Amino acid sequence: MIRTSKSEHASINLRVDGKPVKADVPPRLLLCDFLRSQCGAKGVHVGCEHGVCGACTILVDGRAVRSCLMFAVQAEGAEVKTVASLGSHDNLSPLQEAFRAHHALQCGFCTPGILISAQAFLTERPSATRREVEELLAGHLCRCTGYTSIVDAIMATEETTA
Amino acid sequence: MKPAPFDYVCPETLEEALSILSEFGEDAKVLAGGQSLVPTMNMRLARPAMIVDINRLPRLADIRSHNGSIHIGALVRQADAEREQRIPQAIPLLALALPHVGHRQTRNRGTICGSLAHADPSAEVPLVAVAVNAQIEAQSSRGARRIAADAFFDSFFTTTLAADELVTAATFPAHSEGCGYAFEEFALRHGDFAIVATACAVRIDADGKTDTLSIVLGGVGERPYRCDTDAWLGRALTADDIEDVAQTASARIDPPSDLRGTAKYRRWLAQGQIRRTLSRALEGAR
Ligand SMILES: Cc1cc2nc3c(=O)[nH]c(=O)nc-3n(C[C@@H](O)[C@H](O)[C@H](O)COP(=O)(O)OP(=O)(O)OC[C@H]3O[C@@H](n4cnc5c(N)ncnc54)[C@H](O)[C@@H]3O)c2cc1C
Ligand code: FES
Ligand code: FES
Repeated sequence: MIRTSKSEHASINLRVDGKPVKADVPPRLLLCDFLRSQCGAKGVHVGCEHGVCGACTILVDGRAVRSCLMFAVQAEGAEVKTVASLGSHDNLSPLQEAFRAHHALQCGFCTPGILISAQAFLTERPSATRREVEELLAGHLCRCTGYTSIVDAIMATEETTA
Repeated sequence: MKPAPFDYVCPETLEEALSILSEFGEDAKVLAGGQSLVPTMNMRLARPAMIVDINRLPRLADIRSHNGSIHIGALVRQADAEREQRIPQAIPLLALALPHVGHRQTRNRGTICGSLAHADPSAEVPLVAVAVNAQIEAQSSRGARRIAADAFFDSFFTTTLAADELVTAATFPAHSEGCGYAFEEFALRHGDFAIVATACAVRIDADGKTDTLSIVLGGVGERPYRCDTDAWLGRALTADDIEDVAQTASARIDPPSDLRGTAKYRRWLAQGQIRRTLSRALEGAR
């Protein structure tokens, strides 16, 4: 049983993008801040910190969740994946490639969260309808308002991977 | 926006969790999915001294059928209930409402019981619980009790749960022959809280007469609002009756006016939703 007072740190072990991480964290540290500041996962973007914007979305044990609504201490034992797990600069994933081809990003702030959500969604629903993809995107805010091209990119990935 | 410091405990047995809750009382908060609690902590609207994280109590994560009811444990995520194949058959109204609860990404962590305990007057799960007469199972070091959904919701974000009580499960009566259901809501975006939401459950007996009629509205008051429908029981409902229910019930509500809509607008939304959900539920029951 983990029990930590506000002035103490809890010791946690987890995996981030495939690498084991061991750290000491105060209970109130948000998972998004932990990933950015202590794991170098700068692909975790932090926008609203109340679950609305979706920029901080990551995979925890395979499920897309908001990292601003979890405490780092809760990730003990978890397999965490950020956008960096999808592909690399020289080797983009099909979804990332489709985002490039369809101009699905402008400033790119919302992009990591959307990529993660879309990747998890396509794994679960490989032939989702356009309407379902639009509903998925309701969980993300793009301030550059590129939604149409984002939906196009996700739909295109569906076709190529189906 | 960062949460104020707090003590944290992640118990591995229910007994441990209950004993910490009884020790800390009002100063402790249960952390389930965190999809409502953590935003309020991040905004410092809530500053609990002790967080009791129940995410490692595996015994609370089950969905099971029991004596004609479906038991949903406190750790069952909204997304798990949505994916669970038995739910659309067993609790059709819940299956209709769940896709409206926040977003996929929040449903992956948010729990059914957390939504009940949070008692947001615009939330969907509480409406369903009231409409089908679900029971909330609560436990404390003092013992266990079951609370009918109607008696559970008190006011805005308040329930009749004591500070040391943990919701361990919610039990929904299983769907039976002759019942029909419908759910509808109006929100600004898919996944936003409803401006007005309506849950409807009806049952028609062997003679075609309506013997149960629940219409519950969200977003129109401090708690799920159950329309008084007794006058329409015991007969076969016609199109005129449906219109009559929609007009009478929506005229009786006293909804708030806020930035998202005036009281008049909410009454108008409620009227349309009652008309449509009742028609669809009746079709389903036939
Ligand atoms: C962007 C966004 C949009 C949302 N939209 C909607 C929406 O449209 N409709 C909707 O209904 N909800 C919505 N929500 C909230 C919903 O996602 C939450 O799941 C739900 O309200 C709370 O469930 P939870 O398990 O996350 O509870 P938590 O956030 O962990 O807890 C909420 C409250 O309930 C108490 N609690 C939780 N579990 C228990 C228990 N077992 N026993 C005793 N007390 C308990 C906590 O102490 C706390 O006070 C939204 C959330 C976000 C972030
Ligand atoms: S920062 Fe987490 S959803 Fe906006
Ligand atoms: S591309 Fe700029 S916020 Fe979406």
